[in-house]
Amino acid sequence: MTQDIMNTIAGFLANEILKQPDRSIGADEALISSGLIDSFSLVDLALFVEDTYGVRIDDTELNADTFDTLAQLAGLVVTRQGE
Amino acid sequence: MTTFSHLLQAFFQEAPDRIAVYVLSANQSDAALSYRDLLARAGAYATAYRARGISPGEIVVLILQHGEDLLSAFWGAILVGAIPSIMPFLTEKLSPERYREDLASLISVTRPAAIVTYPEFKAEIESALQAGGPVRMVLDCSEIGSSQEPDFDSLPGLSRSEQDIVLLQHSSGTTGLQKGVALSHKAVLNQLDAYRRVLGFSGEDVVVSWLPLYHDMGLIAGFLMPILTGATLVLMSPFDWVKAPYRLMQAVSRYKGTFSWLPNFAYNFCAQKTRDRHMEGVDLSTWKAVINCSEPVKHESHQIFADYFQKFGLDAKALQTCYAMAENVFGVTQSPLGRLPAVDDIDRESYMTERLAVPVQDGRVKMTMLSSGKPLDNTRVRVLDEKGQEVQDRVIGEIALQSDCMLTGYYNRPDITEKAFLDGWYLTGDFGYFADGELYVTGRKKDMIIVGGKNVYPQDIEALAGEVEGIHAGRTVAFGLFDEKQGTEEVVVVAEAETSDAQEQRLIADKIRQHVTKNSAIALRIVKIVPPRWILKTSSGKAARSANREKYLSEIPQT
Repeated sequence: MTQDIMNTIAGFLANEILKQPDRSIGADEALISSGLIDSFSLVDLALFVEDTYGVRIDDTELNADTFDTLAQLAGLVVTRQGE
Repeated sequence: MTTFSHLLQAFFQEAPDRIAVYVLSANQSDAALSYRDLLARAGAYATAYRARGISPGEIVVLILQHGEDLLSAFWGAILVGAIPSIMPFLTEKLSPERYREDLASLISVTRPAAIVTYPEFKAEIESALQAGGPVRMVLDCSEIGSSQEPDFDSLPGLSRSEQDIVLLQHSSGTTGLQKGVALSHKAVLNQLDAYRRVLGFSGEDVVVSWLPLYHDMGLIAGFLMPILTGATLVLMSPFDWVKAPYRLMQAVSRYKGTFSWLPNFAYNFCAQKTRDRHMEGVDLSTWKAVINCSEPVKHESHQIFADYFQKFGLDAKALQTCYAMAENVFGVTQSPLGRLPAVDDIDRESYMTERLAVPVQDGRVKMTMLSSGKPLDNTRVRVLDEKGQEVQDRVIGEIALQSDCMLTGYYNRPDITEKAFLDGWYLTGDFGYFADGELYVTGRKKDMIIVGGKNVYPQDIEALAGEVEGIHAGRTVAFGLFDEKQGTEEVVVVAEAETSDAQEQRLIADKIRQHVTKNSAIALRIVKIVPPRWILKTSSGKAARSANREKYLSEIPQT
């Protein structure tokens, strides 16, 4: 389950945000604190998660303290889906 | 004689309870500041500056986020006659080492007497300072006393002359930070007079802005004009806006906003990232003008914005354009309000090959140009050919201007100040043409890239890319490519490396992205690794950016 979510989000990041389709992203690779995802793309990520999983990520949560890796983001999605 | 302090004193005496600013923060409730509140907090800063020996005419650099401290520190400096300069705040992406270097660049030329920042940032700033340097103190916000209503007559601000410099404005990056635009009280106030006239802007208006205050559009249109006019400013942080662009529309609805200024990309960004669920109960019918400024203006971006927001009460005729630069304080031209800005369909081939903007005939390929409007009534604009002679309508040349609101100079840089003028005309470095009295801006003579309204100097990016292992310094080139969907330019880096192994090239490209982002807060969209001797050089050995851009476009199929 979590692995599926990570794969889906990783695909979205590589294709739509980084525009490097063959780029692989590790489960524990820093996304926000490293600058891999720039601030202009965070809102795209939030909208994608919301549209795909029906899970709301508030704009005040779009920072490295809430999630910084694929694993953390997938964990957040699973937790909220269960709520 | 009128200076900033005279205007502040008048508001303080005559309308102390009028709300000057609403400060909006994502995690807090909105804070309303009256002129009395604003000036009492500024008064506390003024007291602190004076107690520490800051003299009129000295520079105070402000390194603070959007919020009450920044406003208070700024107006406090004005009250004591010191010259505030707002520096971009350190973002989480930028490495501390690079920020220290940026700061050193700024200090070496601007020579500030003091820097104001947050307590947690003080040690960081101090570590960037050299013993015996110009900076005598780093003040942190926690050292400032409680609010104190200013006694204007005892403060040095009122003794400043109109010709004195009131503020400095820098653009970002190493190059920008060494080139502070110095503006006098008179220049700023002349600009505000002229700009208010063309907009019909008054104390009844409500400006809603998320723009950074270290940039001319945010500083002048989104900060000084409303406060020095007695209008209302609704101020949100750019960091909050970029994560939730719909907050702009919600704030316009809540505060009955009448004016906003946006860079072109923001029209696309707002329309593409806002969903109907964010717009429940939002009414945009009070918006008199949403003014597109600070990067090339695109008709398509206005259409995207109007298409989405009209159903929430937006008047499509509110979408306007402006051509502006810090060297003229702000506005140079403005589209007349109340009608759509003029659109000019020109023949693409004539534009490309003859530098002419002729109306397109049936069956020919067109380019749609959006007017930036007419010169403000205090500003004269000419389009010049390569010999400095004025050209006819519809001939493309360099835009030059003259006004009563020009910069005093680039601060401590008489060398570049002198080069910026030709026979008393300021050369903008932008290309454009006139048609029917309206100015159309077509491009730039300089290689500067504008990403989301922010100026990026390619030489800064090239130097960073050249620091990456596997890349030879001097064998990199950076340029901008316009992205239709986003409505702004994206930064491309081409770098030469010895390796022809695709995997190794990808690793090097990744390292360049990370290094550039860490050190400039600029995200590179495309990094292309090429073999040695790919990059074209000028006779003086510099990378010829436009030639390399053409080469890149011709060799790489666009998908």
